[in-house]
Amino acid sequence: MKHLRAVNRKALRIEEHVAPAREDDVVALQNPAGPKPHIPMGCSLVFFPGWEVDSAGGTAGLCQPVERDLFDCYVTCFWPAHVPDHLNNSPDWTSKCAVGTKDWRNVDIVFP
Amino acid sequence: MTVYSLGEFRRFRGQSGDFLYLVPSGGIFSLDEASAAILDKLSDGPLSRTDLIGCVSQKIGYSPLDVTETVQELSQVHAIRDGSPISTAPQQLPEHFPLQTLVMNLTNQCNLSCQYCYEFGEDKIATPEGKKKFMDRETAKSSVDYLLSQSEGRRSVHITFFGGETLMNFPMLREVIDYASEQAARKNVKIDFSLTTNATLLTPVIIDYLAANKVGVTVSLDGPKEMNDAFRVFSNGRGSYDIIEPKVRELLARHHTRPIAARVTMTSQAMDVFKIYRHLKHDLGFHEVGFAPVTSSANRLYSIGVPGMNDVFSQFGELAQEYLSFALRGELHGFSNVSDTLAELHQGVNKSHPCGAGLGLLGVGPSGDIAPCHRFVDSDQHKLGNVTTGLDKQKQSDFLNRGNIQSKTDCHSCWARPLCAGGCHHEAFVRYGDTGHPNLHYCDWIRGWTHTCLEIYGALAERNPAFLDYFAERKAV
Repeated sequence: MKHLRAVNRKALRIEEHVAPAREDDVVALQNPAGPKPHIPMGCSLVFFPGWEVDSAGGTAGLCQPVERDLFDCYVTCFWPAHVPDHLNNSPDWTSKCAVGTKDWRNVDIVFP
Repeated sequence: MTVYSLGEFRRFRGQSGDFLYLVPSGGIFSLDEASAAILDKLSDGPLSRTDLIGCVSQKIGYSPLDVTETVQELSQVHAIRDGSPISTAPQQLPEHFPLQTLVMNLTNQCNLSCQYCYEFGEDKIATPEGKKKFMDRETAKSSVDYLLSQSEGRRSVHITFFGGETLMNFPMLREVIDYASEQAARKNVKIDFSLTTNATLLTPVIIDYLAANKVGVTVSLDGPKEMNDAFRVFSNGRGSYDIIEPKVRELLARHHTRPIAARVTMTSQAMDVFKIYRHLKHDLGFHEVGFAPVTSSANRLYSIGVPGMNDVFSQFGELAQEYLSFALRGELHGFSNVSDTLAELHQGVNKSHPCGAGLGLLGVGPSGDIAPCHRFVDSDQHKLGNVTTGLDKQKQSDFLNRGNIQSKTDCHSCWARPLCAGGCHHEAFVRYGDTGHPNLHYCDWIRGWTHTCLEIYGALAERNPAFLDYFAERKAV
């Protein structure tokens, strides 16, 4: 802590206890030596408009529904700008964007 | 929108800076300019996060980022609250709490007849009629076995001898020390011994024995002759001072293996704190002097009363300042009430119960009956079991539930509760007829005393933090 200084033993224990709860720093993706970035489960680094594709390049074979990925990017990921507001899911995602790598532009701008 | 308000704490000054004593955790933090300014601002009332950060950064010229960081830190330690619920209920006691200390009342007989005695005086709760007056060998051994069997997992245990007058059963004391040392060694447990005595029966042989066996000694006496002899008298009314003075000098001259303490019961006739302290510390040479106001129901001849206690308390404050000036120079002062409180503040204790009675500490009487502590020994009403048959878990849990801070609603808004937890069970019983009743008659003094000790703690943390290391291992008695 910078502004409070732990003085007695209990305060030192409190400080230790709250330290891990601090927000993680921003780190580079390619940082083999240093701290690793937080990658939300299911997030893809191979193709990255913000959602994951299955081995066939589509979203049908994912182990989790693609909408879950949107939520996770928005809430916990380091780059929330990729996804529409999680309260206003793209209404016809599946019909417009069957193959993420090809069709992602079809999602276009989502108006709530 | 996040709205911040003050959490529960006591703010105090050391010699130059501000500190927080957090309630109920017991943590002590020092404040910088930004954190102090945030608390100042919130003391006017709750404020939204945006307003708080805006106001404070404008006022002290810190960047909003710095102030935001400070808000985060204050919030993490619960010094400020954002309305989200926090759990304040103490942890459940473990089902098996290993015993650490056994207070053995080797006899309930005493050669003095101190009028205020909680065992024999007007407020006595003991019912010794028809019970053994001296602990016999078998009971003593069972007591030791009980301690060692119930202290599973502890690396060290303590036996404190008490009475009556402990030394009236000195032969048994020796036997217990021999037996307990042998049994503890067999179990690879460290054991130490201490006793409380009125000093009337000390002899060079006894003193040398106590020194050789590193038995800690606390002498009960109330000060110079005129104060001591007001109530500490033999059954014929004669004062005890002239008998004990040479014996105490002998004790202090020969016993160097443990610090020797004086324990003063403050009464209507013994209220001059400085005079008592000077006499016991400097004239007689005790290492430490501890003071406790007499336990009594209201309006006894020996009780101190409110004006008297206010006077005693202000003298405590002055003597505590003397303690501080010693400590700043790195010297030990003998006013042990300060040391005991500083030790607890340094650890940051947060008590569910005022003391270990009935939990890590038990008292056992000459008959082998177990009581929550030495003060309840021989009282049928408070008997928790017997060393041969064990504890009555039902009675123990009733005693502990009553004494738990959770059930003392009066205490829930008090910032001194992490240390006090409602105060002595025995004192509560004498005053209110219920061991679980908070000792409301001394709340203001406890808060005042705790604040005084917080300021001393803060001053030491600023000017001589190395002195506080002395308390790292010290265990308050």
